[in-house]
Amino acid sequence: MRAIEQAAGPTAPAGAEAALPAGPVADLRMRLWRGDSKGGDFVEYRIEAAEGEVVLDVVHRIQATQAPDLAVRWNCKAGKCGSCSAEINGRPRLMCMTRMSTLPAGEPVTISPMRAFPVIRDLVADVSYNYEVAKLIPSFTPQEKPPEGYRMQQVDVERGQEFRKCIECFLCQNVCHVIRDHEENKERYAGPRFFVRLAELEMHPLDTLDRRAYIRERMGVGYCNITKCCTEVCPEEIHITDNAIIPLKERVVDSRYDPIAWLGRRILSRPAPMTAAQVAERTRAGRGARTRSGSGSLG
Amino acid sequence: MAGKHEVETHGYDVVVIGAGGAGMRAAVEAIEKGCKTALVCKSLLGKAHTVMAEGGVAAALGNVWPQDNWKVHFRDTMRGGKMLNNWRMAELHAREAPDRVLELEEWGALFDRTEDGRILQRDFGGHRYARLAHVGDRTGLELIRTTQQRAVALGVDVFMECKVVRLLKGDDGAVNGAVGFYRESGDFVAFSAKAVVLATGGVGKTWKFTSNSWESTGDGHALALWAGADMIDMECVQFHPTGMIWPLSARGLLVTEGVRGDGGVLKNSAGERFMFDYISPYFAAETADSVEEADRWYDDKVNYRRPPELLPRDEVARAINSEVKAGRGSQHGGVYLDIASRRSPEYIRRRLPSMYHQFKQLADVDITAVPMEIGPTCHYIMGGVRVDADTAETTVPGLFAAGEVAGGMHGANRLGGNSLSDLLVFGRRAGLAAAERALGQPGAPAVAEDQVEAVAGHCLAFFGRDGGENPYDLHHELQETMQDLVGIIRTASELEDARQRLGELGDRVEKVGVTGERAFNPSWHMAIDLESMLACANCTTLGAIERRESRGGHTRDDYPQADPELERVNMVTRLTDGRYSVTPEPRPAMPAELASLLEEAEAEEHGAGDPASTSEVKVKEGQG
Ligand SMILES: Cc1cc2nc3c(=O)[nH]c(=O)nc-3n(C[C@H](O)[C@H](O)[C@H](O)COP(=O)(O)OP(=O)(O)OC[C@H]3O[C@@H](n4cnc5c(N)ncnc54)[C@H](O)[C@@H]3O)c2cc1C
Ligand code: SF4
Ligand code: SF4
Ligand code: FES
Repeated sequence: MRAIEQAAGPTAPAGAEAALPAGPVADLRMRLWRGDSKGGDFVEYRIEAAEGEVVLDVVHRIQATQAPDLAVRWNCKAGKCGSCSAEINGRPRLMCMTRMSTLPAGEPVTISPMRAFPVIRDLVADVSYNYEVAKLIPSFTPQEKPPEGYRMQQVDVERGQEFRKCIECFLCQNVCHVIRDHEENKERYAGPRFFVRLAELEMHPLDTLDRRAYIRERMGVGYCNITKCCTEVCPEEIHITDNAIIPLKERVVDSRYDPIAWLGRRILSRPAPMTAAQVAERTRAGRGARTRSGSGSLG
Repeated sequence: MAGKHEVETHGYDVVVIGAGGAGMRAAVEAIEKGCKTALVCKSLLGKAHTVMAEGGVAAALGNVWPQDNWKVHFRDTMRGGKMLNNWRMAELHAREAPDRVLELEEWGALFDRTEDGRILQRDFGGHRYARLAHVGDRTGLELIRTTQQRAVALGVDVFMECKVVRLLKGDDGAVNGAVGFYRESGDFVAFSAKAVVLATGGVGKTWKFTSNSWESTGDGHALALWAGADMIDMECVQFHPTGMIWPLSARGLLVTEGVRGDGGVLKNSAGERFMFDYISPYFAAETADSVEEADRWYDDKVNYRRPPELLPRDEVARAINSEVKAGRGSQHGGVYLDIASRRSPEYIRRRLPSMYHQFKQLADVDITAVPMEIGPTCHYIMGGVRVDADTAETTVPGLFAAGEVAGGMHGANRLGGNSLSDLLVFGRRAGLAAAERALGQPGAPAVAEDQVEAVAGHCLAFFGRDGGENPYDLHHELQETMQDLVGIIRTASELEDARQRLGELGDRVEKVGVTGERAFNPSWHMAIDLESMLACANCTTLGAIERRESRGGHTRDDYPQADPELERVNMVTRLTDGRYSVTPEPRPAMPAELASLLEEAEAEEHGAGDPASTSEVKVKEGQG
C-alpha cells in the first residue's frame, strides 16, 4: 500500500511562507504529494495565482521559487505527449491541460502521482509496466506489397486512426480497477491502452496476423467488465470501450466458438491463425528491449 | 566499474542518443544491419518533441499532383533556404523522402487517403505542389509511434529518462562512447560504442517564447561541440510568426499557418491590417496591394494576388515585431490574428478544429467570436552540427548526427514539412553509416574510466555548493537575454551585448547550487541543461555577429540586405581550449545539373504567374 493513502493531511513546510515573493497575494493553496517509494505526504504550498494558468504552470512556479527539487514529469505542455499525467483532486488528468480556473475556487488543490503505478518521487510515477506490456504485443504484420503499392480507402483507415490518436498518457491504465486494485493482475492483463493497440492491429486493413487467441489467453481481455472508467478519462476522447474493447471481446468469442468464422477469415486470404503459444514464441523472438525500471516479471 | 563513483557500463555497436523521429529511424536501421543498438533518451520513449509536429511530412510522392517530383522538391527547398542549404543534403532529401514515407506505411502508419486509396498530400508554405503526407493534424505522433513500434518489435535496447552528459573519446580522437545519468535515480551510466549517433533535436528552450518542448536544450549540439566537432550556421533560427502569447500559460504555443490560409488577418491595436505596409519589393509583384484584392484571392487565385498575411514566415514575423516596437501592439505585446470577423463560426470550427480547441481549452478564448493575440515564437534551428551529406558523419570520426541537431539541410530557412522528412532520410543514413563503421571494427572499445570519473565529478559538484545560484533563475535570464538581444531582429551592438552577458552567465552557471537528492531532481537536471543551452547560445550569437547580412531566419537591422558573397559561406563555430571561435568557410559548389534546375525555376519566377507562391498560401489545417 502506498503511503499516499495514509497521508495524514497537509503540513506546511518550514520556510514555505517566508519564501513567497513579495507583492501579489498568495491566494492558491496547492497540496502536492512529496515523497518516494519509502513513503511521503502532502505538503501545502501557498502561491499567488496568475490569469489563465494550467496546473502544470503553478507546479513549475512552486518548483522555481519554493521547492527546486520537486519532481514532475512533462514534455510538450500542449496535451500532445502524455507525460504529465497525475491525479488532480483525485481525478486522473493531464496537468498541462487542466486550467486552474476549472477547479473549485478558494479550495486547496491536491495533486498526487498516478496511483496504479509505483511512485518514483513526488509526482512522478514509474510507468514501466506499460512499456513491458508494449513489448508483448505481436507486431504489425502486413500483407505483401503489390507492385503498385498499398491502397487503402479513407473509411477503412478511420477506425485505426481513432486508436492511433493515443498519446500513451496511461491515464486509462491508471483508472482501470483490474490493475489499480489488483497488483497481481499486471501479470496477466494488458489494460485498456493495449486493448486499443490490439484493436488497431486487428482492424488494420493490411495486417495479416491473427492475435485472437493470444488476446484472450495472454492479454486477458476477459477481465475487463466494461465499467467504462477508462473511456471517461481519455484526454484524446478515444471510445476505448465501445470501439476497441467490445469489438475485441466479440472477436475473441468468435475465435473460440465459431469455427465457421475462422474458416471465413482464412478464405479472406489471412494466413492460418497462430496458436497463443506460437504468437508468444514469435513475440519472444523479437523481444529483448529493456527499459531501465522494468518490472521484468511480465511475459 | 571501479573508481570513485559507482558507474553502470554497457557495450554496444551503435548508441543512438535521442528518440525523436531521427533517433528512432537511425536505431531501426542499425538493428536491421545487424548491430547491437542502444537507444538513449532523456524523457520516456515516445514523448520526444517530434510528437508535437502536426502539419505533415513533405515528400514528392506525386499522389495529388502527378507533376511533382524530386527535382521540384529540391528546388523549393533550396529557394526556401535562401540558397544556403547543403545542396547534396537537399538533393538526397528530395530523392529519398518518398521511399521513407512509404516505408512507414509498411510499418503500420495510417495516413489520410486520396479518393483512389493512396496517401493524401496537403499544401504547405513554399511547396509548389500539395506535398505533405499527413494524418489530420497529428502527423508527428504517427511518425513517432510507427518508428517506436518498429524499433520495439526489432528488439532495441531502450535507456529512457537517461540524460547523456558527455561523449567519450579514444586515443585516436574518435568518439567511442558516452556517459550520462538516469534521471530517476541520479546514477551514472557509461556506454562504450563503436559509433554514436546524435539525434537530440533543437535548442528552442534557450529563448523565452518557443513552441518547443522542454527537451529542446541543444544537448546534442553541445555534446558535439565539446567533442571537438564543427557547428555551422547556428545563427539561422526560425521564428514562426504566430505563437500564442496570452495567457502566460500558453505563450509560445504554435498557432497554425492554416488560420491565415483560411482567411485570418493580422491587425494592430488600431485595428489596421498592417501587413500591407510590409510588402518588400522582392514579393511586391505577387502580393495584393489592397484589401479588396486580397479578399478576392480566397475565391479566385488565378486573377488575384495573395494577401500579404501569407508572405513567408520570416517576413511576417519581422512585420509583427516592428508593429509591436512601434507601440501598436496588443495588450500583452503581440498583435491580433482575426478570423472571427471574417468567417462564420461553423466554418472556423470545421476548418480549424484543433485551433478552436486549443484556444478554448487553454485561453478560454472563442476564436469564432474574438481575435487571437499572437506573436512570433522560436520554432526551429536550421544551423547545427556539420555533417557529411551522404553518411551524416560529423567532423569527429565515429560521431554521426541527424535530424534537427544536424546543420545544412535547410539552409537559412526551413520549409514546413521538410523536417519530418529530414528525420527519416538522414536518420536512416546516419544509422546505416554508423552500422557500417561499427561492423568494420573488431572489438568493443574500452570505456575510459578517467573520463567517466571526471564527468561524474563535474555533475555532482553542483550539489556541494551551498547558497549557489538558482538554476531556474539563470535559465530565465538566459531566455531573456536571447529573446531581447538575439531574437528575430538583430544588430551589432545588441549582439555584442549578448556575447558579454553570455560570458557572465557562463561564469554564474559554474556557481549554480543544487539541493535535495540525486533521484529525479529537476533543479539538478536544469543546472546541467544550462551548460548545453549556453554553449548553443554562444554559437548562435557568434554566428549572428559574423553574418553581416539578412538571410532567411537571420535578420540584421544594420545589414538588411542579403550579401551574395555570404551566400557562399557557412559560419563555422568551434570550441577550442574553452574559447569559441567563428570562421566563414566556403561551401561546396553545386554541380551544373542541379544548378540548372534552379535556373529554370528562376526563369519561371519572372514569367507570368507564380505557381510556387500561389501554392504557398493554399495551406489548410497544417502546422509548420
Ligand atoms: C509545434 C510544432 C509543430 C511542428 N510541425 C511540423 C510539421 O508539421 N512538419 C515538420 O516537418 N516539422 C514540424 N515541426 C518540426 C519538427 O517537429 C522537429 O524539427 C523534429 O521533430 C525534430 O526531431 P528530432 O528527431 O531531430 O528530435 P526530437 O524529436 O526533438 O527528439 C530529441 C530526442 O533527443 C533526446 N535527447 C535530447 N537531449 C538528450 C540527452 N542529453 N541525452 C539523451 N537524450 C537526449 C530527447 O529525449 C528526444 O528523445 C514542428 C515543430 C513544432 C514545435
Ligand atoms: S472498461 Fe474495462 S478496461 Fe476500461 S476501466 Fe473498465 S474494466 Fe478497465
Ligand atoms: S487510450 Fe487515451 S487514456 Fe489511454 S493512454 Fe491512450 S490517450 Fe491515454
Ligand atoms: S506535458 Fe505533454 S501532455 Fe502534458
